[in-house]
Amino acid sequence: MNNSFKDHFPLRKSRAHEVTGPTALSFAAIACGHGGKGAMWIVESWQQETLNPVGLAPFCDPAKVVLVRADSPIDVLAASEEALRSGAVSTVVAELTKPLGLTAGRRLQLAAEAGKTTGVFIISDGMGSNATETRWRCSPEFDAQDSTLQRWELIKNKSGTLKVWRVRWDAEARRVIVVSEAGE
Amino acid sequence: MQKRVVSLWFPRLASDRFLRARTMDAPFALTLRENNTERLYCLNMKAEELGLRRGMGFSDARALFPDLQTCPADPRADSQFLRALARWAARYCPWVGQEGTDGLVLNITGSAHLFGGEAALLADMRARLSRAGLTARLGLADTRGGAWALARFGEGVALPDKTLEKIAPLPVAGLRLSGSVCDTLQRLGINSIADLHALPRATLTRRFGREPLLRLDQALGDQPEDVSPLPDPPRYSARLSLPDPIGLASDVMAGLERLLGQLCARLTDREQGARTLQLTLRRVDQASQQVELRLARPLRDPARILPLFQKGVETVDAGFGIDQLRLEATLVEDQPLRQISHASSGPDDKLDDLITRLGSRIGLDNIIRFLPADSHIPERSYITASAAYSAPGGAWPVLHHRPLRLFPPEQIAASGRTPPRGFRWRRMALSTARATGPERIAPEWWLEDEAWRTGLRDYWMVETRQGRRLWLFHTPQNPGWYVQGEFA
Repeated sequence: MNNSFKDHFPLRKSRAHEVTGPTALSFAAIACGHGGKGAMWIVESWQQETLNPVGLAPFCDPAKVVLVRADSPIDVLAASEEALRSGAVSTVVAELTKPLGLTAGRRLQLAAEAGKTTGVFIISDGMGSNATETRWRCSPEFDAQDSTLQRWELIKNKSGTLKVWRVRWDAEARRVIVVSEAGE
Repeated sequence: MQKRVVSLWFPRLASDRFLRARTMDAPFALTLRENNTERLYCLNMKAEELGLRRGMGFSDARALFPDLQTCPADPRADSQFLRALARWAARYCPWVGQEGTDGLVLNITGSAHLFGGEAALLADMRARLSRAGLTARLGLADTRGGAWALARFGEGVALPDKTLEKIAPLPVAGLRLSGSVCDTLQRLGINSIADLHALPRATLTRRFGREPLLRLDQALGDQPEDVSPLPDPPRYSARLSLPDPIGLASDVMAGLERLLGQLCARLTDREQGARTLQLTLRRVDQASQQVELRLARPLRDPARILPLFQKGVETVDAGFGIDQLRLEATLVEDQPLRQISHASSGPDDKLDDLITRLGSRIGLDNIIRFLPADSHIPERSYITASAAYSAPGGAWPVLHHRPLRLFPPEQIAASGRTPPRGFRWRRMALSTARATGPERIAPEWWLEDEAWRTGLRDYWMVETRQGRRLWLFHTPQNPGWYVQGEFA
């Protein structure tokens, strides 16, 4: 199987993906820009850190994003499943604070398949579920010329091998540009 | 039968309504914003005795009487209150109409004897209104116009066929004439209705048009004028009683489908759509269960509403069976007919249904949309609105680089006007590799904000050697360094 960046990003549709690391948010924001139908962003309502739509604007159109504030982790999962299954949006992003169980992960995966929707779950390190299609770790890197450089590691892949890319975001063209491919 | 009409006038309807809830023994006025100025809208007796008048500027009134108590007026609630009064007045006769924004008119022909005659009827009305805390002026005459004049300008009763004698000494304004006609008449020395009545009709029409004569004839009964009762507000509810109790969710859904068909046909007739629907299921043991559905958009299509009820109906405990279903649209909004064409795609039905389903679980207010706002303050550069009650819109121009993540400012140990070379944030030791800035943002002094008490802020985008890109700010007026956001 070919293992270039193009095969993995934009993320495979009808699948649930997980992302972790300090810049997971920008990974999710870029994923929201793909697919024409808009996105739903699900968070827990107690969280003090808020998504800034003005900061979101370079990555995707904030008018197409609907924010859902759920009261409990269970509600986040229920809302994610409902949104994935309905197919009304093309991307569902959920910020999870609790580890995803096997059953929950599998249910989300099935819901994504039923609705032909891409699911992106922002998790903390080491919290993922086995049912996910891919898991990414995104971390920023300092570069003297570029202030958007990141390191995207594919740390779980159901259908292929793992790999690391260094990428940057081109805000004008609204696309991810691979700077170089690092080792395995 | 001789026609008899009562006109009720509430000269202080708005302030009376407001003061019914609280007692106040001081000058009081309601204010209303008109053309960018606050004006007095309605005053109580004490305030009128001080010499204040309606339409006066609020600041003038407060300069004259600093201890004048005021409150903003609510004309919508006033008109609702007047409707409620009209409903109350139906106890005297079925023909109750509304007269402007502060009056009622009752056609009491043939119903006065039920209250012991006209005098007793008026006394009863006056007693009940004063007990309710309302100032009211009553006029009774053969015609609507005559009663109007008596209520506003004399308060009295014109005996049958004696309307002219009673209203003759009243000013011409008592004929419901427009202001300019009144002014001109008075300038010509025609002050009372008797003066007007004495003039030759032909000359009057040539000079003023048809209006004064029409009003005069209406007041004297030569021109008929009827009282049209207020229409009943439409009721959006439907009921289904069953001979045998049912218990299956599918049966309830089948019954609901019938009810929705009836309800939606009524909504379609009036071009309205339901926002909130309530299904009451009465059980055989007289207990009842309710299922509420709040919709993300006004709807009147049974085929779309029915599946949204599914989840709620499944949670109902049927007990020994359900024998009555009642469906009511508790909140209804206008939903005009819309031209559908290939060029303009309609609103996103699937997304609205999704918002409805999510809303029934986590609350419709928790599903929000971002709208751009005109402010440099990072927290106020956008507003959030309930997705069910707003449309996506507005452009999002990127003027300055802004972080994707904002959090309440977290203080770090640093000093100086330029970003520190190294600092600790969230237990991480970070060293600055590049700092872009400063971008100075001044607090919006016209808005009170606790977070901006520290004054000006100089924002810096700090890229650390460790990779993290943070949004720091320095407060020069109150030295300190804070982290407020993280760029992705």
